[in-house]
Amino acid sequence: MAQTTEAPVAPPPRADERVGQKSTLARLFARPEAGAIAGAIVIYLFFFIIAPPFRNASSFSTTLYVTSTYGLMATPVALLMIGGEFDLSAGVAVTSSALCASLFSYEFTTNAWVGVVVALALSLLIGFINGWVVVKTGIPSFLVTLGMFFMLQGLNLALTQTITNQVASPDISTLQGFGSAQKVFASSFTIGGVNVRITVVYWIVWVIIATWILLRTRVGNWIFAVGGSAPSARAVGVPVAKMKIGLFMAVGFMAWFTGMHTLFQFNTIQSGQGVGNEFVYIIAAVVGGCLLTGGYGSAVGAAIGALIFGMVNQGIVYAGWNPYWFTFFVGALLLGAILLNTYIRRRAEASV
Amino acid sequence: MPRSRRRAIGIALFMILPLVLAACSATGGKKAAQAAQGGGTSVAAGHANTQRYTIAMITHAAPGDTFWDIIRHGALAAAAKDNITLKYSSDPDPTKQAALIQDAINSKVNGIAVTDPNPAAICPTIQKAVQAGIPVVMFNAGVNNWQQCGGMSYFGQDESIAGLAAGKRLAQAGAKHVLCVLQATGQVQLEARCAGVAKGLGSEGTMTKVYVNGTDNSAMLSSMTAKLTQDKSIDAVITLGAPVALVAIQAISSANSTAKLYTFDTNAALIAKIKSGAVQWAVDQQPYLQGYLSVDSLWLYLTNGNIIGGGVTVLTGPAFIDASNVAKVSQYALAGNR
Repeated sequence: MAQTTEAPVAPPPRADERVGQKSTLARLFARPEAGAIAGAIVIYLFFFIIAPPFRNASSFSTTLYVTSTYGLMATPVALLMIGGEFDLSAGVAVTSSALCASLFSYEFTTNAWVGVVVALALSLLIGFINGWVVVKTGIPSFLVTLGMFFMLQGLNLALTQTITNQVASPDISTLQGFGSAQKVFASSFTIGGVNVRITVVYWIVWVIIATWILLRTRVGNWIFAVGGSAPSARAVGVPVAKMKIGLFMAVGFMAWFTGMHTLFQFNTIQSGQGVGNEFVYIIAAVVGGCLLTGGYGSAVGAAIGALIFGMVNQGIVYAGWNPYWFTFFVGALLLGAILLNTYIRRRAEASV
Repeated sequence: MPRSRRRAIGIALFMILPLVLAACSATGGKKAAQAAQGGGTSVAAGHANTQRYTIAMITHAAPGDTFWDIIRHGALAAAAKDNITLKYSSDPDPTKQAALIQDAINSKVNGIAVTDPNPAAICPTIQKAVQAGIPVVMFNAGVNNWQQCGGMSYFGQDESIAGLAAGKRLAQAGAKHVLCVLQATGQVQLEARCAGVAKGLGSEGTMTKVYVNGTDNSAMLSSMTAKLTQDKSIDAVITLGAPVALVAIQAISSANSTAKLYTFDTNAALIAKIKSGAVQWAVDQQPYLQGYLSVDSLWLYLTNGNIIGGGVTVLTGPAFIDASNVAKVSQYALAGNR
């Protein structure tokens, strides 16, 4: 009698992970903003518990104002970081723009709006120079914009001194056009008894626009591609040089916008302002999930990062703490947020 | 660049230019300011025919603080009168300021005028200058130990005395909880002012301090608004610099606070606010005079061996500028000299 051997039983087919389904929760946690949102909730609850004045709506409005002044610039800086570049001149570029508008319209006694237009041209030019030098010479943007940072810082102080013989810009509130410009750039309105500044609205609008550009348009795809790997992007037909220059000019545009708010809110600008803010923008973007190496991140994340920074900034005052703890807190926050981001992303990507 | 793009840019520039030229403002701006001043902007006083000396003035000015402009105007006026070359430099970091003083010693200047906000860091370098044979006068900060540092004279305000006077006046005005706003950390003269205010208030009221970032207007606005919101019992805010006071006006209205605003030191915009009543009074230490006397006293020493003061502080303040005397000061303030 012939022996029949049983055919070895094949193991059950393993699910192909490439077509596997991730749970909704895992998908949510894999988004770049997930860690930042978790961090923001934790910090909000923390200050909510320990600082009674933090709880009411008008305090939150002040917190949102601080957030928006940083968040307006953090948005294009985040886009630039996704595109793989840094801009360390972003902080002083805001002051340069404001000083340009103020000094031009004062010295030539023009309508305030003329100064606004001239400042826009200057800011776009600074952005163009940054981008062009990075693209043409191949020098890391960190170094190029660092040089630009020092030059702008010096120019702010020196030109203001030379032109007006003072270290702060002159009073332009009596110029025609100041009132209307103030309404556009620096007004505030009341919602339900709470005073909200218009920069908050502008910030939210710009974040929505930036998110839409990143996620829904071809240009957004290009930004991710250029940041992920510029040679590969170039090989596929993405105009890498134009994208980078465009991103730097976007930072310049927003520096103009923020500068105009500062100018029409405070009228006189101190020529030494703005130094140190560039790191806040980068912190906000990184806390929000942007990778330093580029190719990953989101504008919403940078907005949440700015919100975290604003909450810490104001929360410390509301809690009545010694303000010297502020910088320690910022550093600990940065480390904590990055660790949290990395942990959540690893867990999310592992759970398929 | 393709020709069409070049043409587009050319057209854009061509269109913008007439727009720029045509859009002049009928009010405000430089034209109005010059008309208001009527031509004279500096206290000119002729020109000495003594040897040309070089004097270095090194301060702890933070970039953008308008207070130091007034000191510089005074120093430049004296330098113009005395045929002196003035080399002005500043750094808010005490170590860097000490390095600037050392630079002046190495350049073998004829005289040094210096502020001393941090005696531990700066005094040793001042003593080196004196040992090198360079006469040193001090002003504005460091009133408590300028003699030990080796200075010949000191022009300024005793901040403790000024704070005391301010505190007494606040108590008279009925202030019960005063917020003292410091725009920098680690500066002895700012701390002395707040301490003086607390002492002057005595048992009539309490003083709370808040530190803000004096070089960032938005941050100052937010911090002060937050503090005023956090503590509703504050009924008086006293700032230690004119730019801070100008931002405090916005902070007080943002926080819906009824606190009254007082300040140390003035500038042109602040004088206008005193006139309008947004600021009640300002403690004036006459910075123009400090700058002027520092340079002038060194010239007197170099040309005639004179020393002003007899080893005792030459006081330039405090003087209170309030609604009753602001009109007189106003025109000098517009020129940037008060």
